[in-house]
Amino acid sequence: MKKDHAQLSADFNANEPRVNWHDETLWWIRQKRDKAANTLPEWEELREAASAVKYHTLSNLSEYLQQFEANAHRNGITVHWAADAAEHNHIVCTILKEQGIKRIVKSKSMLTEECHLNPYLAENGIEVIDTDLGERIVQLADEPPSHIVLPCIHKKKEEIGELFHEHLGTAKGEADPQVLTAAARLHLRETFLTRRGALTGVNFAIAETGEFVVCTNEGNADMGAHLADVHIACMGIEKLIPLRQHLGIYLRLLTRSATGQPQTTYSSHFRSPRPGQQMHIVLVDNGRSTQLGREEFRNSLKCIRCGACMNTCPVYRRSGGHSYHTAIAGPIGAILAPNLDMKQYADLPFASTLCGSCSNVCPVKIDIHDQLYKWRQVLMKDGQGGAMKTASMKVMNFTLSSPGVYRTAGKAGRWFLRNVPFVVNNPLNPWYKQRDMPEAPQQSFGEWYKQNRKQ
Amino acid sequence: MRVGLFIPCYVDQFYPNAGIATLQLLEKLGVEVVYPANQTCCGQPMANSGYEHLTEGCNRLFVDQFGDFDYIVSPSGSCVLHVKDHLHLHDREAEATVVRSKVWEITAFLTDVLKVEKLPGRFPHKVGLHQSCHGQRGLKLASMSELVAPKFSKPLQLLNMVEGLELIPLKREDECCGFGGTFCVTEEAVSVKMGKDRVEDHLEHGAEYITGTDMSCLMHMEGILRRKNSNVKVMHIAEILNAGS
Ligand code: SF4
Repeated sequence: MKKDHAQLSADFNANEPRVNWHDETLWWIRQKRDKAANTLPEWEELREAASAVKYHTLSNLSEYLQQFEANAHRNGITVHWAADAAEHNHIVCTILKEQGIKRIVKSKSMLTEECHLNPYLAENGIEVIDTDLGERIVQLADEPPSHIVLPCIHKKKEEIGELFHEHLGTAKGEADPQVLTAAARLHLRETFLTRRGALTGVNFAIAETGEFVVCTNEGNADMGAHLADVHIACMGIEKLIPLRQHLGIYLRLLTRSATGQPQTTYSSHFRSPRPGQQMHIVLVDNGRSTQLGREEFRNSLKCIRCGACMNTCPVYRRSGGHSYHTAIAGPIGAILAPNLDMKQYADLPFASTLCGSCSNVCPVKIDIHDQLYKWRQVLMKDGQGGAMKTASMKVMNFTLSSPGVYRTAGKAGRWFLRNVPFVVNNPLNPWYKQRDMPEAPQQSFGEWYKQNRKQ
Repeated sequence: MRVGLFIPCYVDQFYPNAGIATLQLLEKLGVEVVYPANQTCCGQPMANSGYEHLTEGCNRLFVDQFGDFDYIVSPSGSCVLHVKDHLHLHDREAEATVVRSKVWEITAFLTDVLKVEKLPGRFPHKVGLHQSCHGQRGLKLASMSELVAPKFSKPLQLLNMVEGLELIPLKREDECCGFGGTFCVTEEAVSVKMGKDRVEDHLEHGAEYITGTDMSCLMHMEGILRRKNSNVKVMHIAEILNAGS
């Protein structure tokens, strides 16, 4: 059986200093986000506006999609529709094959991670080089990204140095981020010049104009797209916004939320192919319409993938992105993944204390922690909890809803020690492993009250 | 004003002093308080585990026990939040709605309903305040570090009225302690790590006591403190507000 979030994070916690380092690194980013947010007195209004525009767009998604398609078409872009990951991969592969392209550069696309495009293209004889530095690092390490904005945040600089030594020929023991970045640049620059195909993600697509916007700090998306004969942009259908003027709301929120920068270094608008170039957009559903149909979870489609909910999540910081065993980790991943497969991801909505910090940082005001709670209800009703858990919950409910049974169940503490999962008195009890039990007092409050107050 | 005292099941069984302090504090402030003897639990442990559909018995009992009071007051932000957000009864929804609207966490009841401006107590110790998330972010007992909004804190407002109390600063003012209901056993590793980190923050800043509005978070941190043989104690905020008078 595959390991679930609890087991994977227990593995992660075997190395406590590493957990501390991971937690501190992400907390530092959370603090940068706080500082950036506090420079804008209108921050909360911006969040409200961002949420409202997305809500409106999602409520009229089919119309905006058609408008976008028509305008993009007019701009000379070829638009494709993919119902699921398989169709998306097939479309991308077919475009490349038709052009005889065997090697491409890729940038800024969590969607292609979600669809597992890289292995699919590899099987079809097409080589993909990820050009975002972080993506490139995890690609060299043959690992999935652990964070949607900071894909290699789980790697220490020494480990990155080791990888570069092995793959890019940097000096052994070299771990200076500047030196490593320069080495990667050099290597990627050669790659850019020799690739005829470029694939990018999309941060925002504008229905009104048929253009799309890609936000990067490294300029690699532009470099790839401008040098290539064929530019393919893949986007989930929820990336749409109605008007160009709405963009300002999101660009002001996105990077402040993500890393605390006021803007990404590059916010590149792509509107039409240059002469002789082909430009394609693949609009991908892959479960999004289903999620749109789930009223309680619809809002999750507002996500602009800033990663703030991960940086703030006290569980994510101490369990690492890979413990979520899905392309999009953290709180947002935990409400998106069960939509795709309830059985495989039934553990994720439980990987939270429901502290609510995620909902508070989310720039588009997704009620993330409430959705985690609601997914728990849906999953357990669907039988994903297993018979054992359901049976013990029923016993607990029976006892707690019958005052007689509750009181006669024993003197103070006894009933609890026998029945409530977190204090069950046996050596295998996970509470007791690293924590002492509360001491049972002489009297329960109820018993004290009976003795000390008239009734 | 008649107040129904709602003592969550684990407080009843393990931390009667938190319940006693809440009762005495309210009585001291001239409130008529009754503890309905047949109460058990609000159903939160089940609901947070995904079994809200099994909590009907708890909900019915809760409405039966507390329906008649002017206010329902409890020393647990988490249980109050659960009642406020999730208590429903399909055949008595009107009554359930009234119950949801009159349930209060003790510190908010003191600051917002009783509008307490001074307290007679004395507690000459260094105290760290743990912001339990359900009280803070759920019931909005205090401002939250994520939001760009004016700062306030109801628990702090009350602690400031206690003579001799020295509040210690914390590095992370409102990070979760990792209790999280059944999370504390189903995700044991992360839960404990979160608890250790939270406790450490208080210890580094010289706390003698860690207090808060939820005994469940404190129980979790107490478990960790005891395991490391620390002398630092946990104490519900009602006990501090009721101390030394
Ligand atoms: S859910 Fe909100 S906070 Fe999380 S990545 Fe999406 S937009 Fe950012």
